[in-house]
Amino acid sequence: MTPQILARAREAEQDRQSRLRDRILCCTVAGCLSSGAGAVRRSLEQEVERQGLGGAVEIAGTGCMGLCGDGPLIRSSKRDLIYSKVAPGHAPAVIAGAHPAMTADHPFYKGQRRLVLANSGRADPERIRDYIAAGGYEALLQAVTRMTPDEIISVIRRSGLRGRGGAGYPAGLKWELVARQKSPVKYVVCNADEGDPGAFMNRSVLEGDPHRVLEGMVIAGRAVGAQQGFIYARGESPLAIERLQTAIGQARNERLCGERIFDTSFNFRIDLRIGAGAYVCGEETALIASIEGGRGQPRPRPPYPPESGLWGAPTLINNVETFANVPAIVANGAEWFSKIGAPASPGTKIFALAGRVARTGLVEVPVGTSLQTIIEDIGGGVPEGYEFKAAQTGGPAGGCIPASALGVPMDYDSLPAIGTMMGSGGLIVMDSSTCMVDIARFFMEFCMEESCGKCVPCRAGTVQMHSILERITRGEGDPRDIARLMELADLLQNTSACGLGIAAPNPVISTLRYFREEYESHIHARRCPAARCRMHGEAAA
Amino acid sequence: MSVHTLEIDGRMVTALEGETILAAAEDAGIFIPKLCAVEGLSAPGACRLCMVEIAGQNKLRAACLTRAAEGMVVRTETSALREQRKLLVELLLAEGNHVCSVCVVNGYCELQSLAAALDVDHVRFTPRYPARTIDLSHERFGLDHNRCILCTRCVRACDEIEGAHTLDVAGRGRTARIITDLAEPWGHSESCTGCGKCVRTCPTGALFLKNKPAAEMKKDSGFIRQIIAARREKIWI
Repeated sequence: MTPQILARAREAEQDRQSRLRDRILCCTVAGCLSSGAGAVRRSLEQEVERQGLGGAVEIAGTGCMGLCGDGPLIRSSKRDLIYSKVAPGHAPAVIAGAHPAMTADHPFYKGQRRLVLANSGRADPERIRDYIAAGGYEALLQAVTRMTPDEIISVIRRSGLRGRGGAGYPAGLKWELVARQKSPVKYVVCNADEGDPGAFMNRSVLEGDPHRVLEGMVIAGRAVGAQQGFIYARGESPLAIERLQTAIGQARNERLCGERIFDTSFNFRIDLRIGAGAYVCGEETALIASIEGGRGQPRPRPPYPPESGLWGAPTLINNVETFANVPAIVANGAEWFSKIGAPASPGTKIFALAGRVARTGLVEVPVGTSLQTIIEDIGGGVPEGYEFKAAQTGGPAGGCIPASALGVPMDYDSLPAIGTMMGSGGLIVMDSSTCMVDIARFFMEFCMEESCGKCVPCRAGTVQMHSILERITRGEGDPRDIARLMELADLLQNTSACGLGIAAPNPVISTLRYFREEYESHIHARRCPAARCRMHGEAAA
Repeated sequence: MSVHTLEIDGRMVTALEGETILAAAEDAGIFIPKLCAVEGLSAPGACRLCMVEIAGQNKLRAACLTRAAEGMVVRTETSALREQRKLLVELLLAEGNHVCSVCVVNGYCELQSLAAALDVDHVRFTPRYPARTIDLSHERFGLDHNRCILCTRCVRACDEIEGAHTLDVAGRGRTARIITDLAEPWGHSESCTGCGKCVRTCPTGALFLKNKPAAEMKKDSGFIRQIIAARREKIWI
């Protein structure tokens, strides 16, 4: 691949697409596929053939358009319309443009700002030409041929991009730490081990726009001086793995990764490593141990991976969404990015909106958008007849936000202040039928099952906290249980060896903070206010 | 080699470059509770009993992993740390099936001694009474999972000193357990050299010599330090 070939490929594909009468893009990501998008796509293809529209109307796949709860979603690129809940029988109407549709000013899309998901609904994840036509690999060209590594790092640093994996560590700072190490061997690792219950942000990005992540990684490799990258993906997301394999193969064939990228002396190879589904492998040192072939359990830090990571070499680890932000930042500049979102945490964040809300799916909003805007404007609010009770953010490491705090801006600093966290982007809306003690028990069970077992507070402490919570939800709670829970929560936070144990008590602490009366009702009145827990001695409903 | 001076519990202590707080404290005769760290083996930072307070740092640090630095002010014994250690020991006692009166190392057990030193006179948590097995397939050694606290001293001694790596950990969380080879009976192990280093480093009665009375079960992991010194000096007695 040379600059000229890239430009020609882009123009040729843009030209080809513009000459089509319509290009109908079917969501080809796990959510819509599970609601029958595969059959819809086939029926559209058959209908095109039947009507003899072969060269004029093209049916292609595309990434997540967000409104997963109303899938399968189909987009007509010429009409710029999105069709929801499409069935195979709707094919003729969709092709004719006669099917009821949503436009871009639909409330679900209006409050969103799609940067990472920019190609979703527009490009086919299985065709590198689609990505190139959308301006893909332009940033890499720029980074490899016209920028020094220092300049790339400076752009990332000035953009203010913070790690999207949950902790929000400034990405530029991390890149700089790795770049500064004097080592002939360095690695770039993409953490795609997304394991929070209900979260599918990273999976959707990988399934819907894998080249964006690859491009971000190659740019990072150039910036920090690495020649090898690894993507650590979950074995539970076979489609994401398949798309990544396809994309890596295509990029290698086009010399956009691998050897002599853009005919320069810069080499950067990307390989996939598949995890076996341990949640703790999302922790960076456990992830490194797993790639090395060891037991997936955290190692003591320091040394931190930028100093000594994979096989002892300086290693840059970023999350999928972090890498996916990189191409646009390099292409459009740090200025542009820093003006989006909140000043202290610029850019956008993808959330997986789920639970008792009218519209569920993936939403990408500027960081700092209020929780209220996401739930009410974008999500359409809690359906009539139900009452909002709490929103859970940050997955098992996060906390529950009550109605009184709905105005909170979703950013890396405001959420910890009210006892929860941004996490990787899970967002579950709960109504009055949810028992908060039961929710705390659910997340504690998750942490207990996912604890690697290495350190005592996490291995044995989660078991005891879970057993206390279970006892309370059974109506056998003891008046001293709340104090015991708090004591253990303190112990886990203070002494656990990694983030899993440190954060495991968060759901308990936040529900105790905002919904203490529910615990007390279970313990003293033997009554579950949400009527969800079956109390000891109570007849089955 | 440079030397650092630091303060531990109000006493001035010296530490060699690279030495941990735990090692510096032990050299000075200051006792910090621990169950997983052993001199001469890598430190996993697993038991979390040696957590200490360092002035100016808002997080507690594991003394076995934190290097002593010039001017550091360390406190190893505060009422909060003591309470925390009690909780950790109680968690361990509630987690396994620890019945001292019928244990082969009664009187020589590090978990038992530590519980006594910390005044753990009862356990506030519900005992789990897990159903665990005993592997008596080896000719001379026994492995009783009921008494195992997963400190992984045996795993590290086997791997790092003996070089056999017969032992490792399988499973996760509360189901994690020590295994021999690929979770085969110990007696069938082809990698085990029968050296017994695992048994000697085990702080509890989980690993024991068969057919020995409790009185002969006193263990001492100090031999690891001697092996390392002997290998370095090439002097074997």
